[in-house]
Amino acid sequence: MSQTSNAQTLFLQRQKRSKILIQAARILLLLAFLFLWQISADWGWIDSFIFSSPRKIMQTFYEMCCDQSLFTHIGVTLLETLVSFFFVVVLGLLAAVFLWSFPRVSKVLEPYLVVLNSLPKSALAPLLIVWLGANMKTIIVAGLSVAIFGSILNLYTGFLEVDPEKLKLIYTLGGARREALFRVVLPSSLPLILSVMKVNIGLCLVGVIIGEFIGARQGLGYLIIYGSQVFKLDWVLLSIVLLCLIAMLLYSTLRLIERRCLRRRSL
Amino acid sequence: MHPLLELKDVCFSYHTPQGETVALSHISFSVAQGEFLAIVGPSGCGKSTILNLICGLLSPEKGEILFHGEASGGRTANIGYMLQKDHLLEWRTIWQNVILGLQIQRLLAPDRLQLVREMLKTYGLEKFRDAYPSQLSGGMRQRAALIRTLALQPDLLLLDEPFSALDYQTRLNVGDDIGKIIRRESKTAVLVTHDISEAVSMADKVLILTRRPATVKSLIPIQLGLTEPSPLAARNAAEFKMYFNLIWKELNDHVSDVERPDAVPAAAKTQ
Ligand SMILES: Nc1ncnc2c1ncn2[C@@H]1O[C@H](COP(=O)(O)OP(=O)(O)OP(=O)(O)O)[C@@H](O)[C@H]1O
Ligand SMILES: [Mg+2]
Repeated sequence: MSQTSNAQTLFLQRQKRSKILIQAARILLLLAFLFLWQISADWGWIDSFIFSSPRKIMQTFYEMCCDQSLFTHIGVTLLETLVSFFFVVVLGLLAAVFLWSFPRVSKVLEPYLVVLNSLPKSALAPLLIVWLGANMKTIIVAGLSVAIFGSILNLYTGFLEVDPEKLKLIYTLGGARREALFRVVLPSSLPLILSVMKVNIGLCLVGVIIGEFIGARQGLGYLIIYGSQVFKLDWVLLSIVLLCLIAMLLYSTLRLIERRCLRRRSL
Repeated sequence: MHPLLELKDVCFSYHTPQGETVALSHISFSVAQGEFLAIVGPSGCGKSTILNLICGLLSPEKGEILFHGEASGGRTANIGYMLQKDHLLEWRTIWQNVILGLQIQRLLAPDRLQLVREMLKTYGLEKFRDAYPSQLSGGMRQRAALIRTLALQPDLLLLDEPFSALDYQTRLNVGDDIGKIIRRESKTAVLVTHDISEAVSMADKVLILTRRPATVKSLIPIQLGLTEPSPLAARNAAEFKMYFNLIWKELNDHVSDVERPDAVPAAAKTQ
């Protein structure tokens, strides 16, 4: 194995170089964008009062770090997102298992789930505020509402696609539907479960921000709305940048978990 | 003394919105303790249906299925069913796969596990205990599937074309292995196959079915007069070709006007 041919070494080198090039191009693109933004603001091509500038955003970041207010906003948004994500995972799995266990019931409920899933969830947010009040609970429910129906449908259809012969195997070994669920359906759906979760953490964040837009005193969504109302556009843009980072962080955390869990399987 | 398994006048149809498919009509046969029965028939004639009925996944529309003379129903009788593919669960190690049945039936007693360990050793899978199914060859996977079935110590073993997913070479070897294993454990077995040579080389008697709806065409007892029976040795027995041709003729009776009779010996020679 240690004997790699020249052509192979060359190929690997070329591969590596191209990887580095791509990474460098990505970073350069970002820097160029930031530089252009800063220059345009400095030279008055754009109004920095409306469009802000990287430097102003950094300053705002620094100031808000000093007075600690930023941490509360980030913390609140993160907490709400994670709590609603937790409920999406638990309720989504329970509901999908329930539907799988009772095929008749699931036939009855299917059209309702489809409608609820295709409904634009932002339409629900004002209603939730009225029903539950302007508090954290409402915002968590808003995050939940965006992700839950899609999760249930995806998980349930995934459960149905499990190889019927594998289920037959369980029955021939003397197992009932319960064993089929725990020995075959859930373990074989693990990749699906993880990928559904990976998509849904982003959706939870969307829901939380929608909720914060209309019924919050804290959080990045609140900061965006408040900032735009008082023309503190530095706040708005800073919040958006932070949201980008949070979304990336959450997604890559879940991707890491996914890789961990699936490594054993793809031997 | 009642035979271990007896089918009496069993009829079965599948019902779908598109219509009714009559699969079996008036099937009767019996299998004695320690006997090896092979079932051959045209594809789609209802062979798998018979096995599903025996093990209780389906229940007959008419007729009865008796175990030791009693209609206990397949779910209570101790039956091992080996499906066409091995269906090892990819996320479990070989060990976790072979004890799956014991786990499901909550029979993880030390003596049972010891038995499984011995079978792994005897059938050359000991080293692969902690490997995943994807690391095993087709033949090894099939043997693991057999151990999974035998771990429950079934009184009756049902095999549904268990070798059809393997290539010819492996198929001969694994067939030989598994045939010997079944003999050694002196199991009663029902094997479904579309391979006449396989049926003749492994079975004590061969049940021939007609096209769908399946009825029993004939039952041929196999006597090869071998001192030490093994499926591979059986293929070289003098009577092997005679039985092969007999079954071939029985199977092709109704299509004799389509197929020329002189094609029979030629096909037999290639086996
Ligand atoms: N679930 C089902 N619903 C409707 N028809 C079915 C079903 N399962 C099998 N059949 C039909 O019943 C007939 C017998 O099926 P079966 O699987 O028992 O045949 P087989 O002899 O095992 O065939 P093969 O040689 O292909 O394995 C086939 O014609 C098939 O189309
Ligand atoms: Mg079949």
